[in-house]
Amino acid sequence: MELTTILFYLFSAVTLGAAAVMVFSRNIVHSAFALMFSLIGVAALYVLLHADFMAATQLLVYVGGILVLILFGVMLTNQGHNTGFRAGSVNLLPATLLSVTAAAVLIYAFVTADWAITDAEGLTETVHPLGMMLMGDYLLPFISAGVLLLIAIIGAILISTKLSDRSENSSEI
Amino acid sequence: MGIFQMTANSFALTTILVHALFPLTIILVYALVAIWGERKIAGFIQDRLGPMRVGGWHGWAQSIADLLKLIQKEDIIPTDASRFLFKFAPFMMFAASYAAFAVIPFSSGYMGSSINIGVFYLLAVTSLLTLSIIMAAWASNNKWSLLGGMRSAAQMVSYEVPTIATVLTVIVVSGSLNLMTVTELQSGNDVLGFLPNWFIFQNPFLIVAFIIFFISILAEAHRVPFDLPESESELVAGYQTEYSGMRWAMFMLAEYADMLLLSLLGATLFFGGWNSPFGDFMAGPVWGFFWFMLKGLLLVFVMMWIRWTLPRYRVDQLMHICWSILIPLSFINLILVALWELIF
Repeated sequence: MELTTILFYLFSAVTLGAAAVMVFSRNIVHSAFALMFSLIGVAALYVLLHADFMAATQLLVYVGGILVLILFGVMLTNQGHNTGFRAGSVNLLPATLLSVTAAAVLIYAFVTADWAITDAEGLTETVHPLGMMLMGDYLLPFISAGVLLLIAIIGAILISTKLSDRSENSSEI
Repeated sequence: MGIFQMTANSFALTTILVHALFPLTIILVYALVAIWGERKIAGFIQDRLGPMRVGGWHGWAQSIADLLKLIQKEDIIPTDASRFLFKFAPFMMFAASYAAFAVIPFSSGYMGSSINIGVFYLLAVTSLLTLSIIMAAWASNNKWSLLGGMRSAAQMVSYEVPTIATVLTVIVVSGSLNLMTVTELQSGNDVLGFLPNWFIFQNPFLIVAFIIFFISILAEAHRVPFDLPESESELVAGYQTEYSGMRWAMFMLAEYADMLLLSLLGATLFFGGWNSPFGDFMAGPVWGFFWFMLKGLLLVFVMMWIRWTLPRYRVDQLMHICWSILIPLSFINLILVALWELIF
């Protein structure tokens, strides 16, 4: 087998295995760390697809940013402090039905779809064309996403400052 | 076909191993020297001698003796700790800073991987450091560890912003994310007739960028005056509290590797990387390696010097410095550098 094939199966196994641990673990912090392994596995798969910029973005945004915020949130809510904390599952039957249906549809689509397969062109420069596209053809979606994020930040600041006004003891800092 | 495939694979594996072992050797030797150096520098700054006994001349073998001692220590894991994460965290922390060495151009003839996204990859991989510290902190099941871990997460997430903004400033000037290209752009001695073409001399705003960058990497590497995650007078030892023996040594190694990595990044971005300060005199691949390590180690020395000179900031001061001063300054500076590049 070729080295890339072996690596593909290895990283797929890591991604799927970690995802399974994430879903089935009863400890919410363990789930968060399993999500980290899963996201790193996906980043490695991006590298195998010659999408190096996507892979680095995946690491920087999801692993370095969002996951840290998730852990921060969990630990600040008084539940993640002790390692003995357990999370429960609710609505087992509807959730199982829904996920089995979704999985069946996805597998059916994957098996029957007429995939357009092209040969890999080898690793060429990805950053420059990506930048040209973002600043050219796809400028409007790019700017809209930026404005959306700005609105979200302003909203977050507004909500948090109102909360601290109500608590009356945080005029400083 | 099968045999050919096998040899191709083993060739690829050998290449990967050689490329992986070269930075590892550098880091291990550097760590031994730097830990001894830090103790000597601390000693001299505080008007004492530091370690003097092991090995003869100025206790040069002190770090080796410490390493041998640490190997013999029992590997203690607290009963209530989360075992897998507790064991895994030190290795992940070292892997995160070590993986970033792949894109550092050690000399004009050697670079682990010349991918086009170089410095972006470096910033992405080192963001795993934050997670490994939170992992160690939470898995220890100790309140000092958790407090230290939370502090470090907040600190690293915050200081990532000015670091990335200042790196972006250099990228705006160089127009490439590949650190080898960034270094090659700084060859020659043309600034004011005699100064080397290093980015720090090319543009007055890049001096401001370097100052912001250096303050931010001090915070990212948890060095004094920003070593709150492990401030011993408040938090015992922060996230390292429950660790002992070789696992603790891995943390130490990762911390020193991170210092070297950020210093080498600074040397590449602002001080011309492997370029000789005398133009073509003393240039070439081997001299290039010498100059590059010298520049990196000088920055590491400044970090140590600061550590034994300045007191520690408070948490709120730390956040104030980052969000109210460094981030606005770095963004204004980015715009000014871009304007300078447009005009000149």
